[in-house]
Amino acid sequence: MSAYKPLQDSKLLEMYETMVLSRILDERIWMLNRQGKAAIVASSQGHEAAQIGSVYALRTGEDQFYIYYRDLAVMLSLGMTPLEIMLGFTAKEGEPLSGARQFPTHGSYGEIGLVNLSNVIATQLPQAVGVGLAMKMQNRQSLVITYFGDGASSAGDTHEAMNFASVHKLPVIFLCENNKYAISVPLRLQMAVDNVADRAQGYGMPGVTVDGTDIVAVYEAVTQAAERARNGSGPTLIEAVVERYLPHTSDDDDSIYRSHEEIENAKKHDPIIKLRTLLLNMDILDDDLERKLYSRATSIVNEATDNADKASYAPRENFYGHVYKGDK
Amino acid sequence: MKIELPHVGESVTEGTIQKWLKAVGDQVSKYEPLVEVVTDKVSMEVPAPADGTITGLLVEEGQTVPMGSVIAEMEAEEQNVSSTSNTENNFSDVLNPGRTGRLLKDVTPVGPTGSAGPQNKVREIPSTSRSSRPRYSPAVARIAEEQNIDLKLVTGTGIKGRVTRKDVRDYITTIDDDRKGERSNIGGDLLGDLEDEKIVVTPIRRMIAERMVQSSRMIPEAWSLTEVDVTGLVQLRESVKDGFLSKNGINLTYLPFVVRAVAESLRANPLLNSSWEEEFISLKKHINIGIAVASDNGLVVPVIHDADCLGLTEIAVKISELASDARKNALSLESVQGGTFTLNNTGALGSVASQPIINFPQSAILTTEAISKKAVVLETDSIAIRSIMNICLTFDHRVMDGSEAASFSQLVKRLLEDIGPHDSI
Amino acid sequence: MLIRSRFVIKKEKTIALKNVLEAVREAMWEEMHRDERVFVLGEDVGKRGGVFLATQGFLEEFGDKRVMDTPLAESSIAGVALGAAMQGMRPIAEIQFGDFIWPVFNQIVGEASKVRYGSNGKLGVPLVLRTPQGGGVRGALYHSQSVEAYFYHTPGLKVVAPATPYDAKGLLKSAIRDEDPVIFLEHKRTYRLVQGEVPDEEYVLPIGKADVKIEGSDISLITYGLMLHHCVEAAELLKEEGISVEVVDLRTLRPLDIDTILSTVEKTGKALIVHEDSKFGGIGGEVAAIISEEGFEFLDGPVTRLAGPEVPAMPFSPTLEEMYMIDSEKIVQAIRNLSAY
Repeated sequence: MSAYKPLQDSKLLEMYETMVLSRILDERIWMLNRQGKAAIVASSQGHEAAQIGSVYALRTGEDQFYIYYRDLAVMLSLGMTPLEIMLGFTAKEGEPLSGARQFPTHGSYGEIGLVNLSNVIATQLPQAVGVGLAMKMQNRQSLVITYFGDGASSAGDTHEAMNFASVHKLPVIFLCENNKYAISVPLRLQMAVDNVADRAQGYGMPGVTVDGTDIVAVYEAVTQAAERARNGSGPTLIEAVVERYLPHTSDDDDSIYRSHEEIENAKKHDPIIKLRTLLLNMDILDDDLERKLYSRATSIVNEATDNADKASYAPRENFYGHVYKGDK
Repeated sequence: MKIELPHVGESVTEGTIQKWLKAVGDQVSKYEPLVEVVTDKVSMEVPAPADGTITGLLVEEGQTVPMGSVIAEMEAEEQNVSSTSNTENNFSDVLNPGRTGRLLKDVTPVGPTGSAGPQNKVREIPSTSRSSRPRYSPAVARIAEEQNIDLKLVTGTGIKGRVTRKDVRDYITTIDDDRKGERSNIGGDLLGDLEDEKIVVTPIRRMIAERMVQSSRMIPEAWSLTEVDVTGLVQLRESVKDGFLSKNGINLTYLPFVVRAVAESLRANPLLNSSWEEEFISLKKHINIGIAVASDNGLVVPVIHDADCLGLTEIAVKISELASDARKNALSLESVQGGTFTLNNTGALGSVASQPIINFPQSAILTTEAISKKAVVLETDSIAIRSIMNICLTFDHRVMDGSEAASFSQLVKRLLEDIGPHDSI
Repeated sequence: MLIRSRFVIKKEKTIALKNVLEAVREAMWEEMHRDERVFVLGEDVGKRGGVFLATQGFLEEFGDKRVMDTPLAESSIAGVALGAAMQGMRPIAEIQFGDFIWPVFNQIVGEASKVRYGSNGKLGVPLVLRTPQGGGVRGALYHSQSVEAYFYHTPGLKVVAPATPYDAKGLLKSAIRDEDPVIFLEHKRTYRLVQGEVPDEEYVLPIGKADVKIEGSDISLITYGLMLHHCVEAAELLKEEGISVEVVDLRTLRPLDIDTILSTVEKTGKALIVHEDSKFGGIGGEVAAIISEEGFEFLDGPVTRLAGPEVPAMPFSPTLEEMYMIDSEKIVQAIRNLSAY
């Protein structure tokens, strides 16, 4: 682990709790898929430090977060409840992001600045840049962070977005969660450079590669990028290198293209264990407290599961509204 | 506590146990995965419905069982039980596809964003710790859902006040009685508005309705009635019934005799023990005769498997068991599956002729009507009082014509008429 | 007297039953063997065999020069395919989902459709762009869209939408052999759910010819894609009620088989067009206009359309998805209404 600037102990512990909650929630949603209760799920397991570390470095309520379908831990860090998230996966009434019209994790949650308009890859990058443009025009101190994967980094939209943001020095953080697979396509077929961050130079903005399993490293990198954004210095490309533990989504079978050993090796760099080790060494955490944390997280997730199960599906009356303003 | 293989959507009817993740004696937490199951190209996991200990694994790896089968047992620690997923019933129409093809109804479509291969691997998910919330067993939850019961109103007589399946069924019996009482009062109120009463269609009623529609829609049915002189049978039964009761503990009715005659007649006339499969007629290897029984929930048809291999007494015992189970709503899944022919004793209701609907996808159904004494003209042109029982056969005219159907009915008639008052049973 | 019989009466089956996915896979496999200029490119088509396994086994059989896993960039998949096609190759470009097809607009509609015209016949684009589209698989807004409307409007493109395994195989082979750009739209719900006869012998089907799947005399159903099968179900249901329904599968959306459209209307006098795509601007309008212009005297009732609702896309929750999708019941109702006119 890198030498860290002192994050408050309580913040570190909070991050740990969020990671645990995220992991348990993620596992539970995957199980619901296996039971036929959640039609499609994408896992954030392995990505937790990159997602949670970044949110903690920013200002919720003020900054905007343009995420993609794998950002479960971002949603949780921003303040969504496990029940709200589960209603999305089970397509139930009361789902806050889209009224269960969209795939889980998609839609918007204005109060926490969360936006995820579609599951088309990389479309969020130019959109985020537009948000940054508006913020600059409005003389605001806020910024927009947009999350995407290594696959998205190849898309035309990504090139155009990074170029535009750099030219106009917009308050944007491009955070690539590089897990080295775009469904089945490995990094070497996706790009000819070693690091996604190498491209930043091509646009004229700083590019930083961090260990995405080191939550403190991620926190630091994002803090620095945020400073740049807020003081008018422009965008930053941060590449957080992580591992994907599970297949692309519940519709994927990664045994076709990944060996069992490879995945087992990947799991050795578990970000939760990394932070746990740090916290134990700092005496912020002990076995007893950890047991309590896990227990609390489990009962929260159990309660969410039960309540989501009891809820009904989205009501039919909600089918036609909101195509245009003034509808219903 | 019994753990069942839960129904999942898309009309998947059975699953194969791929791998047990827990062993007998293992402690498990609620939601922890117990077993990997494969169902038609999709893998699933069955989670523990509660915290507790596994006390039995009832199905072996590699075995295929119907959805709803009990696959394991556990000793639940507390009332932490989750519900199983929804049941869906789709019927597959296997018709001739030709080049236009057919839209299948019993196959899982692709997923929302792709398909894994047939070897869809299931991930092991690390265990999570315990919770403490009172919950209901899957069986209890399902009955409650089907019968629209608020479980909070049910008194639990299980360990630590747990609501057992029997508790729910007893509760249902009580409220059924109450409902009957209510209905009979409605006629007495002439003042104010009389509203039509709406009886909620239970899932079972709906299923019966759908099956009936399907049968009458798919099958061109023809019907015939045959008179059977059962005087000898009536006399035989009269003379042996007391001895039978004291020896076997159950009443000897006419039904076992009929089942035996039907079984033999089906052996000789296999077309009536078949199913129309569009491109071929499937003659069933086994003779599994379903006996229609009226239960509280509607008509159920428990099955006597391999009826042609059972003796009269065995048939009688089996019928008695099944009927008793049916009335107590205790029929197992196996006992209502696999029927190849159905028999309905409409005579018990007083009917002398009835036109039964074939139990889809079988090819024929037979009723036995009430036995009544009639004045009959014999071969010798004299008149005698004989006990006459009508049997009514509905058959699938795609599978067979009148002559095959008649051959069957005539054999049943002959076998029953050949029973003499002094036969041994 | 007792006969023990344990035999089964079976008709000899000589023609294999396959589903649409298998038919598509076979078509590409056979064409790649037949013509070494044919190659496949797209996301996950190689090692993974495609997210629906349409190219399963292809990488091992043909190698990575002819089965290419591309970077995640649809516009370049189309643009690269266009360039290769102009230079003598026969690319089959896969866009993983119709919902992701929009970036290819520039290269396909803006460029490929105009190459032959704009070069005065000197250059052509023998490419196939195939994609799974359509809903009913809980795909929500971004894995359920129908995209045909944006393409069949474009002269210079061909647009094919098969419904059956037999048609899918024969038409994809034709598309691959075609000298012009073909957009090949596979309905993903038919991939596993539609099973039909596919002969082993070599055959191709002509692009631009519709197919009368069921003959009838009272009313014409004109349809394509998944809806064909619901139309067939509806026709069979109504046969028993004495309504004789003719079901016409368009199979190709551009060019439309105008002859078959007009002859079915001449026969029945009443036309109901059924498609999953939303109604306004859907091809139902074009078919209806053609019938009205060229078949006016045959009409015994208004040309009617039963099509998707006017919402931007298909929602996720099952209750809402059900409202969007057309099933045989809805079709039966529409037929009854038009019949009664």
